[in-house]
Amino acid sequence: MPLERKVKYENECDKEFADWVTSQTGGENLRHCIQCGICSAACPLSLYMDYTPRRLINLARAGFKKEVLSSLTIWLCASCYACRVECPKEIQITDIMYLLKRKAIEEGVYPRRFPIPVLAREFGRMVFMFGRVNETLLVTDLFLRTNWFKFLSMTGLGLNLIRTGRMSYLPEHIKNRGQLRKIMNAIDTEAKKGETK
Amino acid sequence: MKYQYFPGCSLKGTGRAYEESFLAVFRALGVEVKELEDWNCCGATAYMSVDETKSYALAGRNLAIAGRENSDVIAPCSACYLVLNKTMKGIQEHPELRGKVTRALKAAGLDYSDKVKVRHPLDVLVNDIGLEKIKKHVKNPLTGMKLAAYYGCQVVRPFATFDDQHNPLTMDKLIEASGAECVTWPLKTHCCGGSLTGTVTEAGLRMVYIILSEAKKRGAQAIVTPCPLCQFNLDGYQDQVASAYERVDIPVLYFTQVIGLAMGLSPRELGIKRGIASAKELMAGR
Amino acid sequence: MSDNNPVQKNLPRIGFYICHCGTNIAGTIDVAEVRKYAAGLPGVAVSRDYKYMCSDPGQEMIAKDIKEQKLERLVVAACSPNLHEETFRKAALKGGLNPFYFQMVNIREHVAWVHTDKKAATEKAKDLSRAAIARVAYHQSLEKKRVPVDPNVLVVGGGIAGIHAALTLANAGKKVTLVEREATIGGHMALFDKTFPTLDCAACILTPKMSAVKAHPNITLWTYSEVEKVEGYVGNYKVQVKRKPRYVKEDLCVGCMECIDACVFKEPKFHDKFNQGLGKRKPVYIDFPQATPKVVLVDPETCIQLKTGKCKKSCAAVCDRNAFDFEQKPEIKEIQVGAIVLATGFKAYDAKRDYVYGYGRYPGVYTALEVERLVNASGPTSGEIVLRDGKRPKAVGIVHCVGSRDAKSNKWCSRVCCMYSLKLAHLIKEHSGADVYNFYIDMRAPGKAYEEFYDKLLGEGVQFIRGRVAEVTDWAMTPGEEGRLVMRVEDTLAGFVRRIPVDMVVLSTGLEPQADAQEVRRRFNIGCGTEGFFQERHPKLAPVNTFTDGIYIAGACQAPRDIPDTVAQAGAAAAEALALIDAGFVELEPNTSRVIEDECCGCKSCISLCPYSAITFDEVKKKAVINEVLCKGCGVCAAACPSGSIRQNLFEDDEIFSEIKGILANDRKI
Repeated sequence: MPLERKVKYENECDKEFADWVTSQTGGENLRHCIQCGICSAACPLSLYMDYTPRRLINLARAGFKKEVLSSLTIWLCASCYACRVECPKEIQITDIMYLLKRKAIEEGVYPRRFPIPVLAREFGRMVFMFGRVNETLLVTDLFLRTNWFKFLSMTGLGLNLIRTGRMSYLPEHIKNRGQLRKIMNAIDTEAKKGETK
Repeated sequence: MKYQYFPGCSLKGTGRAYEESFLAVFRALGVEVKELEDWNCCGATAYMSVDETKSYALAGRNLAIAGRENSDVIAPCSACYLVLNKTMKGIQEHPELRGKVTRALKAAGLDYSDKVKVRHPLDVLVNDIGLEKIKKHVKNPLTGMKLAAYYGCQVVRPFATFDDQHNPLTMDKLIEASGAECVTWPLKTHCCGGSLTGTVTEAGLRMVYIILSEAKKRGAQAIVTPCPLCQFNLDGYQDQVASAYERVDIPVLYFTQVIGLAMGLSPRELGIKRGIASAKELMAGR
Repeated sequence: MSDNNPVQKNLPRIGFYICHCGTNIAGTIDVAEVRKYAAGLPGVAVSRDYKYMCSDPGQEMIAKDIKEQKLERLVVAACSPNLHEETFRKAALKGGLNPFYFQMVNIREHVAWVHTDKKAATEKAKDLSRAAIARVAYHQSLEKKRVPVDPNVLVVGGGIAGIHAALTLANAGKKVTLVEREATIGGHMALFDKTFPTLDCAACILTPKMSAVKAHPNITLWTYSEVEKVEGYVGNYKVQVKRKPRYVKEDLCVGCMECIDACVFKEPKFHDKFNQGLGKRKPVYIDFPQATPKVVLVDPETCIQLKTGKCKKSCAAVCDRNAFDFEQKPEIKEIQVGAIVLATGFKAYDAKRDYVYGYGRYPGVYTALEVERLVNASGPTSGEIVLRDGKRPKAVGIVHCVGSRDAKSNKWCSRVCCMYSLKLAHLIKEHSGADVYNFYIDMRAPGKAYEEFYDKLLGEGVQFIRGRVAEVTDWAMTPGEEGRLVMRVEDTLAGFVRRIPVDMVVLSTGLEPQADAQEVRRRFNIGCGTEGFFQERHPKLAPVNTFTDGIYIAGACQAPRDIPDTVAQAGAAAAEALALIDAGFVELEPNTSRVIEDECCGCKSCISLCPYSAITFDEVKKKAVINEVLCKGCGVCAAACPSGSIRQNLFEDDEIFSEIKGILANDRKI
């Protein structure tokens, strides 16, 4: 069995990471956590997570950026908000998961063929282009990019959807796609300006 | 009474029966509902993890369009309801974000509006239209039917002010007004797995299985939900649950379908047959 | 020094002193700059800064300057006058100056502690100092009035705090009236079986003190009574107490309880508040065998005679002392006291507010106070741990911090729950042999022998799981969970979520202010903190005093606390009251109003406005007269007088106007 070094040195922490989290929308209360674990206990998915939400909050606060951003935890969050409702310190844990996901995508540290970040990206691409989402195309696209096998196993569900008339085939889109493009471009331009400043 | 209606992508696709039954019930109650002009996807929760500003602006476009008229917006999809409300709250509380979103919308000739109220049909039915009026429209009370009211997560958490976050009751009241009985169960607001059924199937299926089996165990003949994603997961994955765990057959209806049935609307116009898990047994003799 | 500032002839010589208060003030305000600035203001003869003005050397410096520099007025810029106004007045007196030739500027609470911008804060400190310097020139020499102190004391609340305070005062020879809202004294402590960490029997140590109260010649005990109205001022309070009808004459009943046996209700069937609803009682009842006074009472809500007037009154028939009186009415008593001790206690958090823990929905879920009664030998089950369904639990889970440390309910730590949860864990294990799990967030055991008690419990095999329970449900996922209550929690020390099936859940509810704390606070004219507990005058140095002189607080009405701390505080409150009484007199602030007789037109408009009833009308002279002893210096009459004939010491027109001019006279460009 290979041995793994568990000790952590202070120079492996990113001291600014917690400051960054608290500066983001929803991240403000990060430092107030009392590690009671009610988030993890209320979470329907903590049983699959590599770090329970409580541990993730503690890691983020201590500056273990690498561990946090490459964790499975942030991608397993189903946004059910159970943690946020229960948290005794009003930490917006779901929103912290979102901002960590964004950071992970931005820094490209998420698992390569892992479907969730791919879904998020594809979803974004589709909405940006069409203004609406076609669930069928989205799901197909997702599986083709991540897991062929799963796609085949899902065909039963697909047939059921066709049978009940719930599958849409045509790409849905809004009429005024130009308006949408203008909104998105305006945001990109402003962001670029901000960077060059 | 007049409302604007924000369908969202699901109600035009896999949640078609929700749109059909929602519109049919409101029509029968004499409440005017007008689809929001050229609406776009709410941004959904997945998009939040890609670009914060863009997801706020995307939802903001809908709010800007809705703000041209002086009526509340009904968003039947839990995710749309949450995202639109989250957008408003976020923009209200963060001036910097407000600036970015307002400028981006302005560039496309739109004015952001925060006077719009985004509401869930449960709220509108119970608090605006009222149980008394609905009861008066009930022609075929669903006497003897035992149903599990399953709210899922995002309709009550974290923004709903119209119902309790732990023990919501609006849908229970509507089901009871329809003449059916609600089972007592502790999983009313547990998560169905959301998009995880499609992405991390093992995790998603377990959550679906827990909800299906517990509802059945408590004697429910059907699960009733106000969310298209919950309906999709609980209804669409029963075969997969059977191969992973055990067979749990239970129809999954929208609450608007339940009210519609009690009001005497035809199963056809309510889209009852769009359920993958058959409701034949439940409907037998009705 | 102010060499370049020749003191103007018509102005008195003013000394200005600015305090660093360590870094409390100097960390935000440039004190040297304010000192230099003040030196240049009209009238200022001396301007100094010092690290701690309130220290002995600081005070000495002021006294010495007054003598040597012939100062005629004094301004100190430091903390709140609440803390040190008296200190500097004494320093002035020591230097030979009338103490009211002094003005204090609060640049700590009003400036340093509330601002972060150093430059702007310094400017604000200058503005406030300039205003005080402008005003102080007009100050007049004043004398304090002395009034005698009534030696009697009122103690409100008959829990362990009130009992201890009353006994201490009575033992010192003072006449005490102890007023208790419930039918018996004893408070929450009377509910407990054992006390932590010593596990001595609560009744064994409490009931002797209860009897001592009843028997003490210096104590008048009024239970089932409430304070309705408080008037007056330190040393001279007039209090109205309402005595609720018991429908039994207290002086005749000897507590034989034969009437209870004789009641037309053969079986007890009504909610027994004392036993937290776990037992039943009859309409005529006594809370517990050692109730003090040992007098029965009749509940008008359930007694047939009181509800309908049609009962055969077998209770009254059996009473050979003729103690029953169904016509009894509430009685208002009036007493005069010099000091008041408030010991009104706490309210336990309502466990129903936390839906997730299932209290009120699952019969197996109990509050800690209910379990106190269950484990109590004189409780409804005689000390047996029997669940509502008659079964005995095999496993019990105790949830700490219910209604504590939670932004959704109460943010504070209730301080006693960890220890009483340990105590209940021990007692439950001892009485039932069940497996006991304690779910805690942080184990707080900072008292004498408390940590050792925790260690004892660890040794007894009680399970400790560090995590806040998310949910108690009857949702089973394994055969072992069927038919039981399942507690979901993250075992934070193990790092994973656990589902633990139990038969009984105990919710360790926190301590809250009494539901009527706000009304009581207004009645006694004291303050409450943001959380609703009574506010002490100073958190460290005046913990039992309030902002109203002569009114003291003790026990859990001030903040959650355990029995040892409550008793210590009750003793302290009694000592403070004794110090006041034995001084024999109080000095009153001379900030009172007075009528300039020649100018008064006799319109009487001031009389109805005065909140302290201090103004009367002299029918002979047709002028208003202000009683200086009753006047609190609120200034309402002075402001309202249409002829401007009421003046107020320390708030004379020229004092106020020059202060306003002073604050507006900055040369900054805005």
